[in-house]
Amino acid sequence: MTRYSALGLLRGVFNGHSHWQPAWRDPEPKANYDVVIIGGGGHGLATAYYLASVHGIRNVAVLEKGWIGGGNTGRNTTLVRSNYRLPQLHNFFEFGLKMWEHLSDELNYNVMFSPRGAMFLGHSDADMTRLAERGDAMRVSGIDAELLSRDQVAKLEPLLDMSRSARFPIEGGLIQRRGGTARHDAVAWGYARGADRLGVDIIQKCEVTGFVRQGDAVVGVETTRGRIGAGRVAICVAGHSGHVAAMAGLKLPVESQTLQALVTEGVKPMINGVIMSQSLHCYISQSDKGGIVMGGDPDNWPSYAQRGQPMVTEGAIAQAIALVPSLSRLRMLRTWGGVTDMSFDGSPIIGTTPVPNLYLNGGWCYGGFKATPVSGWTYAHTLATGTPHPLNAPFDLDRFRRGDTIDENGVGPMPNHR
Amino acid sequence: MLLITCPHCGARAQAEFTYERTVDSIVQPGADPAQAMEQLFARTNPRGPDEEVWRHTFGCRAWLVMTRHRVTHAIEAIRAVGPETLP
Repeated sequence: MTRYSALGLLRGVFNGHSHWQPAWRDPEPKANYDVVIIGGGGHGLATAYYLASVHGIRNVAVLEKGWIGGGNTGRNTTLVRSNYRLPQLHNFFEFGLKMWEHLSDELNYNVMFSPRGAMFLGHSDADMTRLAERGDAMRVSGIDAELLSRDQVAKLEPLLDMSRSARFPIEGGLIQRRGGTARHDAVAWGYARGADRLGVDIIQKCEVTGFVRQGDAVVGVETTRGRIGAGRVAICVAGHSGHVAAMAGLKLPVESQTLQALVTEGVKPMINGVIMSQSLHCYISQSDKGGIVMGGDPDNWPSYAQRGQPMVTEGAIAQAIALVPSLSRLRMLRTWGGVTDMSFDGSPIIGTTPVPNLYLNGGWCYGGFKATPVSGWTYAHTLATGTPHPLNAPFDLDRFRRGDTIDENGVGPMPNHR
Repeated sequence: MLLITCPHCGARAQAEFTYERTVDSIVQPGADPAQAMEQLFARTNPRGPDEEVWRHTFGCRAWLVMTRHRVTHAIEAIRAVGPETLP
């Protein structure tokens, strides 16, 4: 398979771009693999890539019921950041953020990572206290965080409503300048190409319908394309974690809900970085094509439908317009919804399960995209060695029983009660 | 948006209702720790019908139990919850 380079592009000028080959194969499933990964999203493909590239395990299949990157990898708002308060979370995501910084080189695929700055706005004294607390917690762990005054915020994002009579007056902010956005499809495709090149079979239109058991242990999967044997089976299906785990008789601390997002028509540059808020739940950024990408709360009731209610997007839009009034002039281009697996402490689950040979990566709530590289890195380590990487050890499934939850928002045992 | 028939008020827009939890996740008084754990932290989360507790929060404020399909959103049954008929 050819390496992508400027020279390759130049070559295309002379041959009418006729030399490009498919970036990955379309193989028939083999009878047996060392590791079968269920779910061909960014996380599953990254896991396969690191299994092959770091751990030398190349007899790997990624099974995807639809097409790769067609689930939540293609349904998010592409934000990348590591500005969490709790050390388990910010250490995990910071490792990931450092991976993002070199990902395009690593994969020889432009993932268009753009560290344009991720800023939380504060709207009150209480907000600013919490932002300072979060920033301090990050800096103690060596992660960049900078508390901003009103004037600094106004300078960074001139279109914010900074007036005292604003619906949500802005008192300051907290910025992580290394945060930003990336190109979602490119992440899935880059990992797919990298994994395929190392011998991983990416098998699309192949839905898992059950597990093959030998005693307690899982020794393979039943699929719409036949039975496939496996040394280890890795669940990596985001919103459908509960559905797949149920086939192995497991009940998870997860409830599936819809998360929506939307994009406006393309306009000239008007939003410089990523705008979020300590009190509100809306996030605003501008894509490289010029569309303003916005998102908000999940719909707050269980659904697998991949479509949400206009009522919820309306709430997010109202908040965004209150912050940036000129957004009211734009027309909405598209909205979409994804199935998110809302975990009961708001943190992901990566590790072993009570079923031998069966591993779980899920519970990403609405924050999975930014974790794609580190999720794959730690999950691959867990699969290859049978024990978790220090970074994902705190995120085991058993933590709920131990009362050792990682509850960034302090909300208790319900998904998304804010 | 769903059209939800409140047992007390009739058909109303979903905007008046809030979802609470599933019926099997209500922790009963006197539950032993293992049971309480199961009810707090384990969900069937089916890609099909489940029994859910909702509340007509912005209406008559009464609780109700709804059997609803989580892919099609079709509501199969709604029953009232009161002192005599707990979920």
